[in-house]
Amino acid sequence: MNELVFFINNVIIAGSVTGSIYAIGAVGVTLVFSIMRFAHFAHADMMTFGAFMVLLLTMAFPGVGGAVGLPTPIVMLPLAMVLTALLAVGIDKAFYKPLRAHGVKPIVMVIASLGVTLMLQGLIRLFAGTGSQNLYLAGERKEIYRLDVPFELATRPIIVTEPQIILFILTIVCVVGLHLFLNRTRLGKAMRAMSDNPDLARASGINTNHIVAVTWVVAGGLAAIAGTLLSLDVTFKPDLSFFLLLPIFAAAIVGGVGHPYGAIAGGFVVGFAETLAVFNWTVLLRPIAHLFPEWVEIPRNLAFVGTEYKIVVPFFILVAILVWRPTGIFKGKVI
Amino acid sequence: MNAQRTERREDIIAAPSRFPLREVILFGTLLVAVLGVYAVMGTAYSTRMLVEASCYAILALGLTIQWGYAGQFNAGVMGFVALGAFATMFLSVPVNDAFWGTELPGELGRVLLYGAAAAMLVYGATKLDRVGVPKKLRTLIAIILAVVLYLVVISMMRGVTGEIQSRAGFIGGLGLPAWSGWIVGGALAGAIGYFIGHICLGLRSDYLAIATLGIAEIIKAFLKNSDWLTRGTATVSPLPWPTPGPSELGFTLARSLYLSVTAAMIAVIFFLLHRAYHAPWGRMIRAIRDNEISASAMGKDINKRRLEIFVLGCILMGIGGGALASFNSIFDPNGFLPLNHTFLVLVMVILGGPGNNLGTIFGAVAVYIIWLMSEPLALFLMHGAAALGEGWFGWEPPGNLDSRALQARVFVIGLLITLVLRFAPQGLLPEKVKHHG
Amino acid sequence: MPLLEARDVHGGYGGMNILNGVNMSIEADEVGVIVGPNGAGKSTMLKAIFGLLTVSQGEILLRGEPIHNLPPNKLVQKGMGFVPQEKNVFPSLTVKENLEMGAFLKPGNVKRMLKQVYDFFPPLYDKRHQPAGELSGGQRQMVAMGRALMAEPDVLLLDEPTAGLSPLYMNEIFERVKEINAAGVGILMVEQNAKQALAIADKGFVLAAGKNRFTDTGAALLADPEVAKSFLGG
Repeated sequence: MNELVFFINNVIIAGSVTGSIYAIGAVGVTLVFSIMRFAHFAHADMMTFGAFMVLLLTMAFPGVGGAVGLPTPIVMLPLAMVLTALLAVGIDKAFYKPLRAHGVKPIVMVIASLGVTLMLQGLIRLFAGTGSQNLYLAGERKEIYRLDVPFELATRPIIVTEPQIILFILTIVCVVGLHLFLNRTRLGKAMRAMSDNPDLARASGINTNHIVAVTWVVAGGLAAIAGTLLSLDVTFKPDLSFFLLLPIFAAAIVGGVGHPYGAIAGGFVVGFAETLAVFNWTVLLRPIAHLFPEWVEIPRNLAFVGTEYKIVVPFFILVAILVWRPTGIFKGKVI
Repeated sequence: MNAQRTERREDIIAAPSRFPLREVILFGTLLVAVLGVYAVMGTAYSTRMLVEASCYAILALGLTIQWGYAGQFNAGVMGFVALGAFATMFLSVPVNDAFWGTELPGELGRVLLYGAAAAMLVYGATKLDRVGVPKKLRTLIAIILAVVLYLVVISMMRGVTGEIQSRAGFIGGLGLPAWSGWIVGGALAGAIGYFIGHICLGLRSDYLAIATLGIAEIIKAFLKNSDWLTRGTATVSPLPWPTPGPSELGFTLARSLYLSVTAAMIAVIFFLLHRAYHAPWGRMIRAIRDNEISASAMGKDINKRRLEIFVLGCILMGIGGGALASFNSIFDPNGFLPLNHTFLVLVMVILGGPGNNLGTIFGAVAVYIIWLMSEPLALFLMHGAAALGEGWFGWEPPGNLDSRALQARVFVIGLLITLVLRFAPQGLLPEKVKHHG
Repeated sequence: MPLLEARDVHGGYGGMNILNGVNMSIEADEVGVIVGPNGAGKSTMLKAIFGLLTVSQGEILLRGEPIHNLPPNKLVQKGMGFVPQEKNVFPSLTVKENLEMGAFLKPGNVKRMLKQVYDFFPPLYDKRHQPAGELSGGQRQMVAMGRALMAEPDVLLLDEPTAGLSPLYMNEIFERVKEINAAGVGILMVEQNAKQALAIADKGFVLAAGKNRFTDTGAALLADPEVAKSFLGG
C-alpha cells in the first residue's frame, strides 16, 4: 500500500499541480492565438513578471497575510494580476499594435514577441537577480498536511502542502470564471465571435481593438496566476521561461489551438505525462516482483526519462500531435 | 500588363549594374570600426574578435537562407550550433585509452545493437495489420512493445554509461582532424533539421519556431547531462585546431591563420549561395515565400523545396558551430545560451538584411563588434550608476552587480529586435530583387 | 431625400478600379436589387457602401449625410446592416449568441429584438442553443440576416442571400426580405437569381463593367426585352 501512496504523492498530486499551472498558462496562449493569430512567446515571461510582482508586493507588505489568515502572496495576487494585465496591454500598444497595423505576417509577430520576451527577461533579472527566491518570506511557512490513509498496510501519509491546496482551488476558480466570462458576458462572447470570424465581428459593430485589449487583460491576469502558483509550489526562478514555453505551447496545441477548454485539458495531459515519465516504475513493480520469472531482474531505476530530461516529454507530445493530428484533440480552429 | 512585365525584366537586369553606394559606405564604416578596435585593443584581441565574428557570419548565413530566402523562422540556432560543437569535440579530441582499452566499447556497442533491434521490432509491430491483425490491436501491441523494450534498453544503457563514467571518465574522441568534425557536425545538424522540418514545414510557420526552440533546449539538456559522452558540465578542452596553434606561432599569427580558414569558408559558401540564389532553384524558393498559393498552383513541390532550404541552413549552422568550438578550444554545454547563439544571430540577420548575403555578413561582423564592446560598456555604466547612487543617496549596490549589468544586454537585444522589425524590416542592406507577384 | 444614395462611385482593390461610376438610390420603403454578369462589380459596390474598400471618387450618402470610407462599426452605429455572402455566421457560437452579437452596440435592445427576430424566422427559435456551424445553409442565412436585424438597421445590405440555397429556401428568403422591408427597413441586395429578385424589387440596377447599364423599377426591367436578352438569359 505504501507504494500506492507513493504513487499518489508523486504522480497524482504532482501531476495535478503541474497540470494546473500548464493549463492556466496554455489558456492565455490559446486566447491570444485565437484573437491575434500568432504564437505569443513572451507569455512565459509574463508569468515570471506576475510572480515577481507578487514577490515585490509581499516584500513591501509582509504583514498583510497574517491579518487575513491567508499567505501574503495570495493576498497580493489580485494586485499583481492587475499590474501584469496593464503590462500586457502596454506591450501590445508599444510593440505589437504597430506591426499589426502594418499587416505583417504572423511569423513576424512571433519574432517580435521573442524580442519582448528578451526585454522582460533582461528587466526582471536586472532587478531580481538570477537566483531563486522563496515567496514565503520569514515569518510565514508552508503548511504541510499529512492525510493518513485508512488502510492497515499503508504507514505513509498522503502529503499535500498549503500552496497546493490553494492552487487547486484557484485553478477551479479560474476555469469556472473563464467559462462564465466566455459564455455569459457580452465581452466574452464578442471574444469568441472575433476568434471565429474577425471580419464578421467588425461588420457586427464590435470594436476589435477593444476586444484585443480585453484579451491581453485576461491573458495577463491568467499569466500572473500561473506564474505565482508555480513560484509558490517551488520557488521564484527568473530564468524558467524557455522551459515553460514548450510545455505550455504543447498543451495549447494538444488541446487544439484557439480552444480554451482544449488548452485546459492539454495542460493536464502534458502535466501528467511529465510526472508519469519521470516516475520510477520500479516502486510499483517491486511488490509484485514475485510474479515475474526468476531471470527477470527489475532495475533500480525504471523511469522513462531522468528529471534532467523532463523537457523531452512536452516536445515528444508536441511532435506526436503534429504528426498524428495537427488540429489537436479538440479540433482547433487554426493550424 | 505588358508594361509591368518589361519593367520587371529591367529590374532583374539593371539591379546589379548600379553603383553599390550603400554597400561601400556601410563596409567602409565597418572597416573603420575594425581598425579602431585594432588600434585600441591590440592585434591579438582584435584578431580573435574577427575569427569569432566570421564563425558567427557562417551561422548568420545559415539563418538568412532560412528566414530571408524562405521565410522560415528558426528559433533554435543554439541547438544546431551545439550539435556542430559536439561533433567537432567528439571527432577531434584524442582517443581515450581508458575507454577503448577495456571491454566497455563492446558493451556499449551491444546495447546500441539491442536498441536498433528493439526499434526494428517495434517498426515490425506497426506493420502487423498486413498479416491480418486488426488495426486497433496492432496499435496496442506496438505501443506496449515500444514501452517495454524502451524501458529494457534504457536501463541497460544507464548501466553501461554509468560504468563508462566511473571507470573511464568519458568515451573520449576519435583523434581525427578538426575539419572532419565540422563536416560531421554539419551533417548531424542537417539530420536533426530534416527531422524537425519534415514534421513542421507543412504547418503554420509558428509551429516551426516552437519546435526549433524546443529541440534546442533538448539538445542542450542532452549534451549537458550525458557525462559519459561529453563530460557534461566538466567541459572538454583543449580541442585541437585545424591550423597550427598559438603555442607554435604566437597568438596573432595563429589566429590570423585560423581567420584565413574561416574567411575562405565564408567565401565558398557566399559564392555557392549566390549561384543558387540566381539559379532556378533560388527563384523557386523565393516564389514560394512570396506567394505560396500561386507557386503551388504552378505545380511546384513546395514542402520538398522548403525542407531542402531548412536543412541547408541547419548544415551551415552546424559547420559554424564546429568552427566556433574549435577556435574557443573548449566544449562547454553550459556555454550555449539562447541569447548568444540564437538571438544574437537573429539580430545579425534582420539588421544586416534578411535574404541579402552581403548584408548578413555585414550584420554579423558589425553586431558582433557591438556585442563585445557592450560588455565593458554595460559594466562601466552600471558601476558608474552604482557609484552615483552610493554618493548621492547612500544606496548600497547589490553584490552581484556585474552579472546584473550583463542582463541589461538581454534587454537591449530584445529592444533591438522589436525596433528593427518595426522601423527597418528590410534591414540595412535590403534584398535586391523585387518581390515577384 | 433618399435613404441611401450613391453618386458616381469609383473604387476597387489595390489601385485596380472595379467600380467606374455607379449611381443608385433607394427609399426607406423600397427593395433595391443589383443584378448583372459576373465581375460587373455587384458585390464590390455593396462592400464599398459598407466601408470595406476605399471609395476613390464620388460619394455615398445615408439620409443625405456622406458616409463613404467610414469604418464598418461606425456604419452599424449609423443604422446600416450588412450580411456577407460567405462566412456570415460565427460557427462556434450558438444561434442565440450569434444574434446577440448583432446587437453588440445596443445591448439594451437584446430581449425585444430577439423576440422580433424569432418571430421573423421561427426555425431559429427551436435551434437557438445549437452552434450556428451545425445548421443547414438556409438556416445559416436566416441567422445571418437575423444578426444584422438585431441592431435595428434602417437599411440592410444583402450580398447574394440565396446563393447555394434550394428553391424552397430561396422563396422563403425572398418572402422574409419583403416582410423585413414592410417592417420599415430599406433593402439593397445583390442577386444572381435575377428574375426572382427583380420580381420583388422596387428598384433594379443592372451593372456591367462597373457602371450602371439599366436603372428602373423591377417590373420595368423584367419587361424590357433588351435586359431580358442580355442579362436574364432570354
